[in-house]
Amino acid sequence: MQQQGPSGAPPAVIELRGITRVYGRGEAEVRALDGIDLTIRAGEFVAIMGPSGSGKSTAMNVIGCLDSPTAGEYLFNGVDVARLDKDQRALIRRHYLGFVFQGYNLLPRTPALENVELPLIYKGVGAAERRARALAALEQVGLANRGHHDPSELSGGQQQRVAIARALAGSPEVLLADEPTGNLDTHRSAEIMELLARLRAETGLTIVMVTHEEDMAAYADRLIWMVDGRIADDRPTQRGARDAG
Amino acid sequence: MLGETIRLAVRAIWRNALRSFLTVLGVVIGVAAVIAMVTVGQGSSAQVTRDVEKLGTNVLMIRPGQVAMGPRSSSGTARAFDLGDVERLIREVPVIETASAAEQSQMSAVSGNLNHRTTVLGAGNAYLDATDWEIALGRRFVTGEERGGRAVCLLGETVRQELFGNTNPVGEAIRLKSISCEVIGVLVAKGASSFGSNQDDIVMIPVRTFQRRIAGSSNVNMIYVAVRDGASSDLAKVEIEGVLREMRRIGAGEEDDFTVMDMKQLASMLTGITNVLTGLLAAVAAVSLLVGGIGIMNIMLVSVTERTHEIGIRLAVGAQARQVLQQFLVEAIVLSLMGGLMGIALGLGLAMLAAQIMTIPFTPDPMVVLGAFAFSALVGVVFGYFPARRAAQMDPIEALRHQ
Repeated sequence: MQQQGPSGAPPAVIELRGITRVYGRGEAEVRALDGIDLTIRAGEFVAIMGPSGSGKSTAMNVIGCLDSPTAGEYLFNGVDVARLDKDQRALIRRHYLGFVFQGYNLLPRTPALENVELPLIYKGVGAAERRARALAALEQVGLANRGHHDPSELSGGQQQRVAIARALAGSPEVLLADEPTGNLDTHRSAEIMELLARLRAETGLTIVMVTHEEDMAAYADRLIWMVDGRIADDRPTQRGARDAG
Repeated sequence: MLGETIRLAVRAIWRNALRSFLTVLGVVIGVAAVIAMVTVGQGSSAQVTRDVEKLGTNVLMIRPGQVAMGPRSSSGTARAFDLGDVERLIREVPVIETASAAEQSQMSAVSGNLNHRTTVLGAGNAYLDATDWEIALGRRFVTGEERGGRAVCLLGETVRQELFGNTNPVGEAIRLKSISCEVIGVLVAKGASSFGSNQDDIVMIPVRTFQRRIAGSSNVNMIYVAVRDGASSDLAKVEIEGVLREMRRIGAGEEDDFTVMDMKQLASMLTGITNVLTGLLAAVAAVSLLVGGIGIMNIMLVSVTERTHEIGIRLAVGAQARQVLQQFLVEAIVLSLMGGLMGIALGLGLAMLAAQIMTIPFTPDPMVVLGAFAFSALVGVVFGYFPARRAAQMDPIEALRHQ
């Protein structure tokens, strides 16, 4: 489905051109993003780092179509989505994106399996197929036997894996992970990162992850460093350089 | 998708079962009150019609004065009838089977040391014929007793119970004011009338006895007329009016100074009153439905705030505003429909109980039940819309941040 670009590189999934996001007006104006240019190609695993207030979360929100930029172009698979309205952005999220958050964001008092089914409900998938796909997604994250457990009965690492299964269930093109290991200890964090890396390898998923931990960023193959709403540095990680070489 | 939403709504409601129940209590009470009121009202209307039919559709009532559609309003200025008028009517109007004066007054009936306040009716055997009232014990009046105004009486079942218990009172004496009256019979029990007044709480004496010894005047203020079988009561009415106008020397073009009422008129008058009362009570009850609706809106607003984070998650995975709107709207509607169903059950139960106590027919009206159900759905839509819209308009980033 994905064609090779002219240079032989995979095609761009996400292209930001001069993306600016301004909060407030006049004196109180804050430029959270200040003219970002960024291209992410299919199958890339990109980590975004930077000090707090550097705009990395805002960048994630814009890339995730949760927010609209004040100015600039955002091409998703070549289509400008920067000017879409709320409901159109919801459709982009529904059909192309999957989210993993620091706080897991599972529906409380709702079994894991039903949490994983949630995006499929909005995709209009019928009950039987929904159940099957949700089970398959849980299996991918190694929790096939935990489907009937409520989130409160699962450990943090398990909850995050349920969240990853939920993101995967809708078969997205891009997985957006906002500090996915922020609430986990080192051991669990490593498990989650290995899971993400494996899923990327198996499915060719594109992953964009915000983190403030170097160790986690090391699982990506490209690291973007943000400062004051701009991209200060953009280079391959060791792993990325090794894979390329 | 709608089935999914309904399932979700039921689950959300069930999760907070107690709170949901308290929330819909207003709707439950409102719907129950409306249904109970209307059902009891319709039952008593049916009972009035039935009672009047039992009285006989061939019975006419004549009163002095113009009584439009209310009891004893303007009879003050009109001349009363007398017993001569009653006899002349029987003589001159062939379709009249029988006619009787019927005078009444409230007073105490005393027997030994027992005392019971009751209605004393002065009337004759003709009244018993006109109203189809049988004797349970003893006998009716004899002609001599009626003509001579003798001190004899028939007891209603209630008066008999109060003064004599289950013993046979025939031959005993009771005192009404200063007269001592011999009990010659007991009337068959009739039960409560449409308005709950006890028809058996009565002592009947000959009308002449009533006039001489109780009223102290020869006036007659009410005449019961029974029309011959097969004769039209409308026709009888016209004939009676003609004879009465002549008897009372009313010139052409002058208004009648009396009223001839048939039972159809009486029935429609009584059911008219019942319907007005029912409507009024139902309107009051409907106000509590409104209050119930506000209760639902209140709790839905709380629920939307509590579930902000959930809304954020749903938006993040691709829910559109109208889907979130639909979810909360359906929840409000399901909630108020549940209240409506409980209210219908409770209301019908109450109406059934009331019907038994008041001995009126229990006639639930499917249209009323359906209407109440539809109305509770409407309450859900109206009062659920505002909270649902608030949920739908949330910003996904803000909502996700809300914990």
